[in-house]
Amino acid sequence: MPIDILMPALSPTMEEGKLAKWLKKEGDQVKSGDIIAEIETDKATMEVEAVDEGVLAKILVADGTENVAVNTPIGVIAAEGEDVAAAASGGGKAAAPEAKAEPKAEAKPAEAKSEDVPAASKPDTVPAQAKAYDSSSEFPAGAEIVNTTVREALRDAMAEEMRRDKDVFVMGEEVAEYQGAYKVTQGLLQEFGAKRVIDTPITEHGFAGIGVGAALSGLKPIVEFMTFNFAMQAIDHLINSAAKTLYMSGGQMGCPIVFRGPNGAAARVGAQHSHDYAAWYSNVPGLKVVMPYSASDAKGLLKSAIRDPNPVIFLENEIMYGKSFDVPKGDDFLVPIGKAKVVRPGTDVTIVSFGIGMTYALGAAEALAKEGIEAEVIDLRTIRPMDIETVIASVQKTNRCVAVEEGFPQSGVTAEIGMKIMEAAFDYLDAPVARVTGKDVPMPYAANLEKLALPNIGEVVAAAKAVCYR
Amino acid sequence: MAVAARKSKAPAQPKAAAKPAKARAGKESAGKVGGSLSNTPTFTKEEDLHAYREMLLIRRFEEKAGQMYGMGLIGGFCHLYIGQEAVVIGMQMASKDGDQVITGYRDHGHMLACGMESRGVMAELTGRRGGYSRGKGGSMHMFSREKNFYGGHGIVGGQVSLGTGLAFADWYRGDNTVSMTYFGDGAANQGQVYESFNMAELWKLPVVFVIENNRYAMGTSVNRASAQTDFSRRGLSFNIPGEQVDGMDVRAVREAGQRAIEHARSGKGPYILEMQTYRYRGHSMSDPAKYRSKDEVQRMREEHDPIEQVRARLIRDFKIAEDELKAIDAKVREIVNDAAEFATHDPEPDPSELYTDILLEAPRG
Repeated sequence: MPIDILMPALSPTMEEGKLAKWLKKEGDQVKSGDIIAEIETDKATMEVEAVDEGVLAKILVADGTENVAVNTPIGVIAAEGEDVAAAASGGGKAAAPEAKAEPKAEAKPAEAKSEDVPAASKPDTVPAQAKAYDSSSEFPAGAEIVNTTVREALRDAMAEEMRRDKDVFVMGEEVAEYQGAYKVTQGLLQEFGAKRVIDTPITEHGFAGIGVGAALSGLKPIVEFMTFNFAMQAIDHLINSAAKTLYMSGGQMGCPIVFRGPNGAAARVGAQHSHDYAAWYSNVPGLKVVMPYSASDAKGLLKSAIRDPNPVIFLENEIMYGKSFDVPKGDDFLVPIGKAKVVRPGTDVTIVSFGIGMTYALGAAEALAKEGIEAEVIDLRTIRPMDIETVIASVQKTNRCVAVEEGFPQSGVTAEIGMKIMEAAFDYLDAPVARVTGKDVPMPYAANLEKLALPNIGEVVAAAKAVCYR
Repeated sequence: MAVAARKSKAPAQPKAAAKPAKARAGKESAGKVGGSLSNTPTFTKEEDLHAYREMLLIRRFEEKAGQMYGMGLIGGFCHLYIGQEAVVIGMQMASKDGDQVITGYRDHGHMLACGMESRGVMAELTGRRGGYSRGKGGSMHMFSREKNFYGGHGIVGGQVSLGTGLAFADWYRGDNTVSMTYFGDGAANQGQVYESFNMAELWKLPVVFVIENNRYAMGTSVNRASAQTDFSRRGLSFNIPGEQVDGMDVRAVREAGQRAIEHARSGKGPYILEMQTYRYRGHSMSDPAKYRSKDEVQRMREEHDPIEQVRARLIRDFKIAEDELKAIDAKVREIVNDAAEFATHDPEPDPSELYTDILLEAPRG
């Protein structure tokens, strides 16, 4: 069957162009890869290559013709053994398979309608009557409770999971011989050996990529960043490689990896070592983002993160490492990712925070209680996926909310909390949602300025009183 | 460790592009069609027939993809592998089952060489549900765990660290497989490449870094972008051996590939192969390729074409009849037309696919 040569597009947006010049004439032999014509648009000139073999039987659109629509037949090729004259006379009408298919029309995506998407598959739907997550059964019944630092809890979580699964390993700067820059990996080298506790060179971009590659291949790396500030060198792999590959592969390539390390402000370390990245990572579909406050949550969530088949960003805090909390003893203690915890029940105002922000939230709740205001304090624990239902359930009761974080205000996690409350519980609000955040400045070094840059209990108390109109 | 002798010869630099910063002695033309140098490795008839068929499949597939892009069936970016076929086919002939392949965005040829179905690849190019990524990845993002193909990556250089990570997993498991990590002369200037080189040699990871030097990083020639244009030397400061290979000669590619893979598999660590190759088409479909002369492209096609070299050998040395080659051509064309037909009529993904494959379900407990 004769084959039509169609006017090609240089780009998906091109609709027409000029057929500048034919480089073959009627009767010429053509074979795949031969340049047969040149076309022009206002942007570029492009060569047209033959894809099929045979004789150029007929030229349908002459040299110099302007405004030739894409997919218009511009010539006819008679395949080997075909009658050239017959092909020439039938050209343009004797449709080639491609032309017959009218691909342009077919290729056009159907007008996407939001109702095409089943509501159930849409994330973030909060039922009208929200129900708070009940964390009361997280501690296994009868388990011995041990006072443990966050540092030890994190180490225990890794050690337990490494004993359980030989595909789990830890890599990062100073995690092995030095026992961890903040001693979080203390003892792991001695127990698991150098193959599973790996000191890397100072090369975040490279080892983050190696970790993701190993995870794509089925291993379960724990990649420690000495601080998440340094993960900026590696963020391409966290986002472009770890978070997106499952989707881009149509569900084939899972990436079971944990990136963990201290995040946010420590004390007097300046702007480049004090950034809180919770909001950054929480912006990315394909990631889970966890930011625990207590030692038990640190342990239970890290164990869940290591077992999770998805990339998890696990944000710790240097100041919290030395703080002690009750932690149940035993290997089977897990805290689910994506569930908030009502840490202190109350009736008058909801205070939501996460990570070290909880110190301000809890401190404020205590101060408010002395003034007769009972605050309900919620620890988000996971930033993404966010358990907004637990927050909404509280707001439906208190009708007021203050959200607290150490990160910057613009596009922050608290901004997201406020928006979500508006979407799901606007009618319940008796006051606009308030937020207390780190100030909109790079972290200063001077002790007094650093203190000013961070949130404090007084600010949370003031915000809570404001939403209570007191 | 001494850097291995660079044995193979590269095709001559075409005059239009030839302004090397330094004299590159010992790299005269060797890619004359049908030419045979004393140190050129030889193929059996079966090997040449295999290489011919495999390379032709990539060539015809890519030509068809170009045509379908022109018809508006393929959107966005579409980077064709035409001209570079011998690199991936030669390397696959040197590898064994279980070895992994990872590359950048010029990936269609690698997928076909790994044995992925042409229908699934073409349907991904057209964004249909029968595509390898169910229409959610596109030209630059396809994967097949079954065929050990790990993508398909759009960030220049990203695949080098990831491929080193695949090799890390090989080493960790001790399963005697090798990661073939492909990247271009452009990616070779990215910082993470050297971070990966360092760790790969430090930990003796089984990875072969295949640098496909097609002379242009988009529109920037190697001479304008690289202080060291001999990419086989890019691992020198990490003690990684490397060699330059005539990437237009599938026999030279396979031989160098065998050497490199054996090195990596035997626990000696990474190896660098600079494949001197050439892409005939623009960087992507919308690239009119004004940064090089038509003569340069034409000369590469006429004098160094990887497929024509094999074809000439098959006729001259193995007395294969034209009709037999035509039958292969017809068969390949049939496969490609079938893929195009499938990719044209396969439906788009169901709208509900929008929200799937973002996260995997976590197991309880």
